[in-house]
Amino acid sequence: MSDQPLLRVSNLKTYFPVKSGGLFRRSLGQVKAVDGVSFDVNAGETLGLVGESGCGKSTTGRSILRLIDPTSGRIELDGVDVTDLSKKELVPFRRTAQMIFQDPYNALNPRHTVGSIISGPFQVQKVDPPGGVRAAVQELMERVGLNPEHYNRYPSEFSGGQRQRIGIARAIALRPKLIVCDEPVSALDVSIQAQIVNLLKDLQEDFGVSYLFVAHDLSVVRQISQRVAVMYLGHIVELASREVLYTRPLHPYTHALLSAIPLPDPDRQKQREQITLNGDLPSPMNPPSGCVFHTRCFRAEDRCKVEIPELVEVAPGHVLACHFPMTEMVIGTRIEGPNSGLVEMPNRDIEAPSEVIADMAEEGRGGPVTADYVGDPDRD
Amino acid sequence: MSDSTRSFLDVRDLTVSFPTEGGLVHAVEGVSFSIERGETLAIVGESGSGKSVSAQAIMGLINRKAAQISGEVWVNGKDIVAMSDDDVRKMRGSEMAMIFQDPMSSLHPFYKIGAQLSEAVRVHQQVSKADAKAQAVDMLGRVGIPDPKSRADTYPHQLSGGMRQRVMIAMALINSPSLLIADEPTTALDVTVQAQILELIASLQQEFDTAVVLITHDLGIVADVADNVAVMYGGRLVERANVDDIFYRAQMPYTLGLLSSVPRLDQVTSDRLDPIPGNPPSPINLPPGCVFQPRCSYSHLVGGTTCEMKRPELLQINADHFVRCHLDEAERVRISTEVTHVLHGGGA
Repeated sequence: MSDQPLLRVSNLKTYFPVKSGGLFRRSLGQVKAVDGVSFDVNAGETLGLVGESGCGKSTTGRSILRLIDPTSGRIELDGVDVTDLSKKELVPFRRTAQMIFQDPYNALNPRHTVGSIISGPFQVQKVDPPGGVRAAVQELMERVGLNPEHYNRYPSEFSGGQRQRIGIARAIALRPKLIVCDEPVSALDVSIQAQIVNLLKDLQEDFGVSYLFVAHDLSVVRQISQRVAVMYLGHIVELASREVLYTRPLHPYTHALLSAIPLPDPDRQKQREQITLNGDLPSPMNPPSGCVFHTRCFRAEDRCKVEIPELVEVAPGHVLACHFPMTEMVIGTRIEGPNSGLVEMPNRDIEAPSEVIADMAEEGRGGPVTADYVGDPDRD
Repeated sequence: MSDSTRSFLDVRDLTVSFPTEGGLVHAVEGVSFSIERGETLAIVGESGSGKSVSAQAIMGLINRKAAQISGEVWVNGKDIVAMSDDDVRKMRGSEMAMIFQDPMSSLHPFYKIGAQLSEAVRVHQQVSKADAKAQAVDMLGRVGIPDPKSRADTYPHQLSGGMRQRVMIAMALINSPSLLIADEPTTALDVTVQAQILELIASLQQEFDTAVVLITHDLGIVADVADNVAVMYGGRLVERANVDDIFYRAQMPYTLGLLSSVPRLDQVTSDRLDPIPGNPPSPINLPPGCVFQPRCSYSHLVGGTTCEMKRPELLQINADHFVRCHLDEAERVRISTEVTHVLHGGGA
């Protein structure tokens, strides 16, 4: 296998024009939904893409699959530049890259049977699977945990979780190398979410497929991803391996995001200190100058208002765009000085909320958790 | 029981059934719980578990022509189920109020938010328009809307999701209700905004000494804000306890399954999640025995066909811990210890 990543996204920008509602549809400006995003996805890996609504994570996913045409930048999949492929040229590309949608109720045509939905990719791509289409579809149904005898049923006869399984069967029909999963479990009940996350993991083990896992639920992303990218207002602000991002993130926004999610454990939750961000996401039509996060950041200084922070690699595999990164760990113990093996911090006093999330390992129920919090950052 | 000893909100044996072509659908059956002022009760359950229907029944929002309601819902010494619709309407908005999941569809798009808020004031209080408007502006400020005076003159679509949810909360609390029902109040919001809203509800609860019923599917929120928890499944209350007992000493296999299936932000206990197999039951076609039996991994321990055929009773384990399960107590405790040990890495 070559060293080349399966997917390479360089400086991707997707802008949407905003026009007035009047007769002449005057241009009012642009929404910079994705504004210069770069990352790689390796073969067989899952990259989580997280952020709040309006941060551009879904637009990024859709731009990569060319469901939305990017404004500029470069998308290379499996060594092929797909940025400027015509509609016709895109057809073979779809064999390599597929998508799983958020809403299993709207992603399936209610008038088509499950059999015809899952066999759709075979027809479009004019593929004749060995053993015939019906056998192939029924094998897929069995693989994703559906009863193959339900071949002739309609989507309305299935529950939400089962419909998501139908969508997954359709996505894996052509054995793609990359699947963009856009919030694949957020519409499902908790007990069903876990079933679907496990299924996606099993399929990855079996077929070596890569996932770009777009989601707002950081707990689910931690469970499934090897690396995680955090987006804010069209920019990636931090990208790191799962262990590093969840245990020693450096960007204030990542800290705030992690601390805002309540833990399903009352004792731990009571010990945590939360960083509450003020205000709402600024309008992507008129993003703040300098660092896009400075209007809500608790560490922002004058420099942040004017100077855009570059996305730089602060440690192997850990990229960050911040002038004043955090030094404390979110969960667990504090990182003391540059000996942590991470990054030398700007030499200044840090008045960040100490013990952002109080040291839970101190409590009796530390156990295996401690091992995870202070885990080897290179474990992934 | 006399009114003096009755809890502030006291729900007894609440049953709500909807007649349909396929027969009677028992959306909620035999649900009982109580809550005092200043307390927060979380109702947890998946879609179709009956949690929202229970909340609507408490608010008197269920059309009695379309549904059969039985049982008692005592709010501040008055039984909502026995009251006339007109009397319930007078209580709604003044003594009890509700926050809905989707603020956009719960605010009127054509009216300015200040007007909508002052209308809520004038329905329940004899005050002038100017006074009502002043109260509205004051309340908008208290829920953290910057520049409330000019914001009162905006329309809902001009506000962000978090701001709209704040307006909803302002509207719910403007007549200082003593009971607040929040139905998934933060599900439509981003996590950083969710944290702001939960904090806001908690501080207003303290200020007004409000009883809060919080309906949610998010166990993190439950751990964060609840004093007591009611777990619902298939229209039934399957376990009820204080928040620590639910998270550290739950005994109903469904509660334990729910706790195990949630991915954790603070740890990855294993490579694979531990889901509850199968799907939630359809309320039209509930299993004849324990509603959870088809998905339960422990029902074989009971033996025979008890779980399949017989509805379990709600058993009292201690002062405030109730569980609906056929397993005997020793078995439940053993399973509970086993599961929570894995969850909390050492167990409480």
